[in-house]
Amino acid sequence: MRALDRKLLRDLWHLRGQVLAIAAVIMGGVATLVMSLSTYDSLVTTRDRFYAERRLADVFANLKRAPEPVAERLRELPGVERLETRVVAGVKLEVRDFSDPITGLMVSVPERGEPLLNALHLKRGRMVQPDSADEVVLADSFADAHGLEPGDTLAAIVKGKRRQLTVVGVAVSPEYIYQIAPGAMFPDFKRYGVLWAGRDALAAAYDMEGAFNDVALTLARDANVREVIDRVDAVLAGYGGTGAYARPDQLSNRFLAEELKQLQTTATLFPAIFLGIAAFLLDVVVSRLVALQREQVAILKAFGYSNLAVLAHYVKLVMGVVVIGVAAGVALGAWFGQGLSNVYTETTFRFPYLDFGVRPGVVLAALAISAAAAVSGTLYSVYRAARLAPAEGMRPETPTVYRATFIERIGLQRWFAAPTRMILRHIERRPVKSLLTVLGIACACGLMMVGNYQKGAIDFMVDVQFRQAAREDLSVSFIEPTSSKALHELAALPGVRAVEGFRDVPAVLRFENYRYRSAVYGIQPEGRLHRSLDRSLQPVSVPPGGVVLTDHLANEILHVRPGDVLTVEVLEGERRTVQVPVLGITQQYLGVSAYMRQESLNALLREGDVVSGAYLAIEPGAEESVYAKLHARPRVLGMVANASAVRSFYATIGEFVLFYNLVATLLAASIGFGVVYNSARIALSERGRELASLRVLGFTRGEIAYILLGELALLTLAAIPVGILVGVGLIGVLVLAFSSDLYRLPVVLAPDNIALGATVVVASALVSGLILWRRLGRLDLVAVLKTRE
Amino acid sequence: MTARTEAVFRAKGLTKTYRMGEVEVRALRGIDLDLGRGELVVLLGPSGSGKSTLLNILGGLDTPTSGEVRYLDHQLTGATESALTRFRREHVGFVFQFYNLIPSLTARENVAAVTEIAPSPMRPEEALGLVGLEARLDHFPAQLSGGEQQRVAIARAIAKNPAVLLCDEPTGALDSATGVVVLEALEKVNRELGTLTVLITHNVGIADMADRVIRLSDGQIAEIRSNPAKKPARSLAW
Ligand SMILES: Nc1ncnc2c1ncn2[C@@H]1O[C@H](COP(=O)(O)OP(=O)(O)OP(=O)(O)O)[C@@H](O)[C@H]1O
Ligand SMILES: [Mg+2]
Repeated sequence: MRALDRKLLRDLWHLRGQVLAIAAVIMGGVATLVMSLSTYDSLVTTRDRFYAERRLADVFANLKRAPEPVAERLRELPGVERLETRVVAGVKLEVRDFSDPITGLMVSVPERGEPLLNALHLKRGRMVQPDSADEVVLADSFADAHGLEPGDTLAAIVKGKRRQLTVVGVAVSPEYIYQIAPGAMFPDFKRYGVLWAGRDALAAAYDMEGAFNDVALTLARDANVREVIDRVDAVLAGYGGTGAYARPDQLSNRFLAEELKQLQTTATLFPAIFLGIAAFLLDVVVSRLVALQREQVAILKAFGYSNLAVLAHYVKLVMGVVVIGVAAGVALGAWFGQGLSNVYTETTFRFPYLDFGVRPGVVLAALAISAAAAVSGTLYSVYRAARLAPAEGMRPETPTVYRATFIERIGLQRWFAAPTRMILRHIERRPVKSLLTVLGIACACGLMMVGNYQKGAIDFMVDVQFRQAAREDLSVSFIEPTSSKALHELAALPGVRAVEGFRDVPAVLRFENYRYRSAVYGIQPEGRLHRSLDRSLQPVSVPPGGVVLTDHLANEILHVRPGDVLTVEVLEGERRTVQVPVLGITQQYLGVSAYMRQESLNALLREGDVVSGAYLAIEPGAEESVYAKLHARPRVLGMVANASAVRSFYATIGEFVLFYNLVATLLAASIGFGVVYNSARIALSERGRELASLRVLGFTRGEIAYILLGELALLTLAAIPVGILVGVGLIGVLVLAFSSDLYRLPVVLAPDNIALGATVVVASALVSGLILWRRLGRLDLVAVLKTRE
Repeated sequence: MTARTEAVFRAKGLTKTYRMGEVEVRALRGIDLDLGRGELVVLLGPSGSGKSTLLNILGGLDTPTSGEVRYLDHQLTGATESALTRFRREHVGFVFQFYNLIPSLTARENVAAVTEIAPSPMRPEEALGLVGLEARLDHFPAQLSGGEQQRVAIARAIAKNPAVLLCDEPTGALDSATGVVVLEALEKVNRELGTLTVLITHNVGIADMADRVIRLSDGQIAEIRSNPAKKPARSLAW
């Protein structure tokens, strides 16, 4: 081995503390990248494979009822490749030992053979047998939430009559990866479930013999989606069709796409921030490390090593550190990524399997970014050292011209003893170095705040949504629009404190060439339960005659402003298209909505005082009896309880975000520690000789520790406020990046968020200080005497 | 001034001024000097008189503020970085006043770091043997005494069989017996390979082994004295 390579290995070993700390910084950045991208890639790959394997349809349509021969007319439409008709019906379910309201969706499967489209992936048990009226296959999320297995039974309330169903299988469908009850905000595996039953049995139960109310189809090659949808709509118009829609509007797929988009944002933004900051810190730390080697650079040059050879030597040294950091980062990132993907598939998207993998490109990118950052730091320092004539380089850096600091000049010096003056002068003499140290520690502090920010934001969103806007305990939806007289019956139920009717209607909202498929909600203008909020989160009364939109819907999706006129295509009943003025903008963090006064919406639909559901406030403790009474009413289709919605939110999206945040926080902490420790350690290397000389002159270990650690403490304290600013800035970036139909993050700065950032930084400084304290005890005084200076 | 047959180094009007803020230190103030092939030259002078500065400029480790230096037909002043690097690599062996060993390499490896890039070097062990360190091959600088470190530095300088040897106080830390061993090694290299050797010392006794003695004072040449009755190193003592 060449002497220089041997030097390299020895230097790496000698610097092992710092090598590990720098590697920790790289590891933090790289692991975030690998974790995020591998999770995203794996979910996308899995989704695509699952969709293809199970033949997810391209276009879906719901209608009231059409005789089976209509299917033939649909099949012959140009652009249609394969088509399957189904019977789909909402149902109330009862599971033993579970009293909360459960709603379900019954979907028919062919009596014989596999479904043509949207085929099921059976996890356990079997498909339903022909002519078996009470057999069902359950969605695995629902089955797992209740511990239901093939052989178990549950009850369904079909048209007011209770029917016993036997579970024969547990399955996953590409159509219902994401299952969400109508009107609900989040998936709730316990209170909403999809079940599949034989076509004949389902048709018999819902008067659909020889008929269908749901269509799924795939497109022929080169078919134009919009044209096919228009043709399907034309055929189904006479049968109560509510408008065919393509995959992007299919609920499960849309949520999946939205979630993946969020994840993609997470997967690019977090690593960009983490790796970016890690790269910056790496650059600073490495350049200081190499700067310490200035004398050795000069010796090598004096012997005739070329600048390039010297540079190559240090690049090799630094690459050694980079490789350790990247390897650890990739391993840790892949491990976390696997865990994250599992959390994802357990909580939100129930893929039956997961194609997990880390793309080599991701690893290469991580390596390239880290290497670039490290090498640029090296280049700079080696260049600086090599630029000097060797004679100059071999001398210690010319003693800097110290002078009285600003603080001393303004006359405060009598308050400071010599050691304190040394600290102040040192900081003031090296403003750039001090500034970089402060900035590095500040970045670490900011990162911690980012890693941990989303939890506070989610708490805040949930609070605004459920304690200020949607304050009802229960929202009840009726099977069909009903006279508001029904509300009196609800109000009369014992345990019900207040009732507010609402009218909602599915609709496509259009403005110029922007469109959004959603619903219009008619609510009470002076609602006390369900309210819309203005920008300062105060309840606002919806003005008569027009619509108010969530800010995100108005600004980002439809691009309308108050005063503009929106086109509303109602997807129910007469399917009218009407013009409605936009009257206001409301603040909402979760979901997007279009609100009108109920009476205005009724007028628009040319109907009387009609509601499609009601918001209820319930006496504490009376929930179960109210549920039971409502459950028994045939007109009640479904119920969503807010409290359980919040719980399920935390159990799904929450769990995922919290896992991600936990990991991000850990990685941020590793970066933070790496930076603080390195700053401290390098300070020791830079000043070791000076401190040893002081020891020789009779200073105690405590006194020199004060000089070294006092500086570290001062810089750390200065870094915390800067770090909070950095954190706020980074959070601002997050807020901008994370706005989607699903949710917009609010800018909230929880005190514990700031506290965590500061705590990690201070703790890192304390640990580093402790290590330095021990090292100061082993300072080699003899070496100082033996060599020059 | 003794004119030698062929000048290896030719310095004209060398000055070196260090500027530190307001203060100017004029380390060299106009040096004219020729050094010939195979010469053994001793540089004397009080501390701070500019000896190290002159040596560093001759060796291409530093650049003069004004004036010029030629090495054979190479112009050193104004030479490119890579030309200076090549010059040092191929022609010059250094012994630094402060040894400047690489702390993470053993004695043998410190020498090897130089011989690996030299065109026709000795083996590191051989060079260390010449300075009496064959028993200390695998010691790190921190495990060696000051004098031993100095001898490693000398071994490192002579190991590449250089055409020019520039030694800044090579015996400063040595007792007279060890110092003689080191000087004998330098003398041998000078005699057998015709290496131009420049030796800085505070030790007037050592001047007796020189062909010429140059005395610096306050950045200027105060005296150049030929020494026709050159003594072998072995006979020196201090
Ligand atoms: N980098 C520098 N910056 C400023 N002044 C310097 C620098 N290097 C040397 N000097 C000054 O230049 C003068 C000559 O220094 P030099 O090292 O050549 O002296 P020297 O003759 O080798 O002394 P010694 O015998 O003590 O080694 C001294 O006054 C010294 O203080
Ligand atoms: Mg000197």
